[in-house]
Amino acid sequence: MLILDHLWIILALPLAGAAINGLLGRNWPKSAVNSVAIGSVSLAFLAVVETVREFLQLPANQVPWVKSYFPWISAGAFKVNFSLQVDQLTIVMLLTVSFVGMLIHIYSTGYMAHEGGYYRFFSYLNLFMFFMLTLVLAANVVVMFVGWEGVGLCSYLLIGFWFLKQSAANAGKKAFIVTRIGDFGFTVGILLLFWTFHSVDFGTIFTQAAGMPSDTMAQAGVLTTICLLLFTGAIGKSAQLPLYVWLPDAMEGPTPVSALIHAATMVTAGVYMVARMHPLFSRAPIAMLAVAIVGALTAFYSATIGLVQTDIKKVLAYSTVSQLGYMFLACGVGAYTAGIFHLMTHAFFKGLLFLCAGSAIHAMGGEQDMRKMGGLRKAIPVTFWTMFIATFAISGVPGFAGFFSKDEILEAAQSGPHANLPLWLLGLVAAGLTSFYMFRLIFLTFFGEQRFDEHKVHVHESPRNMTIPLMILAFLSIFGGWFAVPHLVGGTNYFDAFLRPVFADAPESPEYTALLQKLKDAGIEAGLKPKNIRVVGETEGPSPAMELIHAVTGPPVIVGLIGILIAWWFYIRRPELPGKLARSMHGLYTLLLNKYYVDEIYAAVIVRPLLWVSTNVLWHTVDEGLIDGTVNGSARLAREAGGKLRELQSGNARSYASWVVAGAVGVTALLLGIWMKVH
Amino acid sequence: MSIVPISYYLVLSAVLFGLGVVAFVFKRNIITIFMSIELMLNAVNLAFVAFARAHNQLDGLVFVFFVIVVAAAEAAVGLAIVITISQNRRSLNVEKVDLLKF
Repeated sequence: MLILDHLWIILALPLAGAAINGLLGRNWPKSAVNSVAIGSVSLAFLAVVETVREFLQLPANQVPWVKSYFPWISAGAFKVNFSLQVDQLTIVMLLTVSFVGMLIHIYSTGYMAHEGGYYRFFSYLNLFMFFMLTLVLAANVVVMFVGWEGVGLCSYLLIGFWFLKQSAANAGKKAFIVTRIGDFGFTVGILLLFWTFHSVDFGTIFTQAAGMPSDTMAQAGVLTTICLLLFTGAIGKSAQLPLYVWLPDAMEGPTPVSALIHAATMVTAGVYMVARMHPLFSRAPIAMLAVAIVGALTAFYSATIGLVQTDIKKVLAYSTVSQLGYMFLACGVGAYTAGIFHLMTHAFFKGLLFLCAGSAIHAMGGEQDMRKMGGLRKAIPVTFWTMFIATFAISGVPGFAGFFSKDEILEAAQSGPHANLPLWLLGLVAAGLTSFYMFRLIFLTFFGEQRFDEHKVHVHESPRNMTIPLMILAFLSIFGGWFAVPHLVGGTNYFDAFLRPVFADAPESPEYTALLQKLKDAGIEAGLKPKNIRVVGETEGPSPAMELIHAVTGPPVIVGLIGILIAWWFYIRRPELPGKLARSMHGLYTLLLNKYYVDEIYAAVIVRPLLWVSTNVLWHTVDEGLIDGTVNGSARLAREAGGKLRELQSGNARSYASWVVAGAVGVTALLLGIWMKVH
Repeated sequence: MSIVPISYYLVLSAVLFGLGVVAFVFKRNIITIFMSIELMLNAVNLAFVAFARAHNQLDGLVFVFFVIVVAAAEAAVGLAIVITISQNRRSLNVEKVDLLKF
């Protein structure tokens, strides 16, 4: 058990990289900074691989593998150890984070090659890896919270990496402050967790929760409260309605940062947290419903905004928000494995999309507006093909990674134990919108005629250290979902089967059996075949071939293909149509283009009143008036009193003599008075 | 022969001390101020002696010797200062010696 006993090594490596580059790297050549940064994450990835190898040899009764290193906080009954744990869920997250992280580090050496603050960038990036790995390895809520806040800090630092640019600095602050709102709920949730269970360790909490009666729809108890509070944190961190506004602005950061933090890893922390906390969520149906509703609404809502954006990164940002919505929808309908599956495939294809977008922006010399691109297909073929693959993946074209995970989510929403048809419908429509806006992006960027001045912009393919990560991620965007292939022909999804032990108790909630039966009856009546549920005793299913046909012709696929067709019709066949449509539906178009004016509404309702109160009441009245007034006032009093009193020292001996006499007379009078009182 | 009552001495002492105070405050010539100090000291000496006699104790007389010694020392230092001032300023007006101030 080489590394399972020393899990801290996985954390120490990127932390050391961050410290070395951050403290010493200022004057180092880029190659030195590169070797420290990439070396540390590569070693961390190798450590993760070794962890997986050892983990797979563990007997089942030793999972989850918890390792406590030292007592960290001890205040009365409140005891927190610095402890890490590994189970199947951790393994999936570790592999995804460390591998995608490593690729993006490599990509960044190309993308950031001409930027100042090179060492600073990689120091932050390594620090991010440290906190993200802490987040997924944590064995208790408090250590997890450290990672949770740490990634938020790194996100802030990296969004505002070009801090001399006002908009970047503002976007960093916005991200930090908006997520803080969610984190307030998260913190209260953690306190309530400790108050309820007298422990912060996952194992203890879940064991106790298993013995508690489930909350029901009619009766919400402390479990529901805890879950809703924790979910508030997830809403902030994973950019869901109504706290999603920071993520599109976060695109001010360098593109590799958008890929790593704001697409592949950090923003999925909320999904991971909900999945990690599933024993609580499964016992809080109202919270589950809230998760599902927020997820589905976000998936649909931000997909509609993505339809009309013209900045290539903004489209991807809204797409990320939308895909995160899918993951929450999955968790909300109890399909945690599907949510985590989508988290993983999304990390591959959305990370890839961002890196490709970065490569295209790089090629265009910094241009992000898709209206000024076009026809890049020939000029940057590697970027084009890899991005094309990622687009197929996110659109859910059968055979690509996104198809499997998205299909599984929608299937769970349609016919799972917590199925919810309105939400399924929302998700379905969002799937169509997704494929439309993604192909719109592809067509606008890579097809059609070149809408830029060829003499001014020297379009060039990116260097090898950027294209190789693209190819690897493209490979994963296709095959990363093939764990689910057996499921298509009626068998088991390997990914599900691997994660099953973690979520084993999820379907065993009290109402599950009854629901299952009800669902089966209803499903059969409605002609819907619940594929992923096998009731004991039922062995006969449709033939594998039928299952396959059923899967690849399911509603998500059809809707996705329709989206692609419309995009093709609009942007290849009849390029004049979008303009016409925008003119004829001017109101809706403007509404979408301005993102439903949510930023403006927030500014008017929250930000500006807050600024006004802060400026006029807190600053000018309380701070300047009251606090400064008191301090300065007492100083002025002392100065003026001193100024008057010092004139007593006139230098005139006769005035001193007068004071002495006056004093003597005074003292004598006093003594006389006392003497008369006594006698 | 009757003994003069102590109150006579005390009243005389108070009158002398009061004259000294008034002269100290109102006179401008340094020498005069110096003399008024001597007057006050000796007024106090008179009171001491009177009390010593009235209470039949030697303490008061001892104090008087100390006062005389200190007054002599003070006169030596004080007159030296007065001479320096008069040499430097060509004046003995205390109003003109007021440089040491705020």
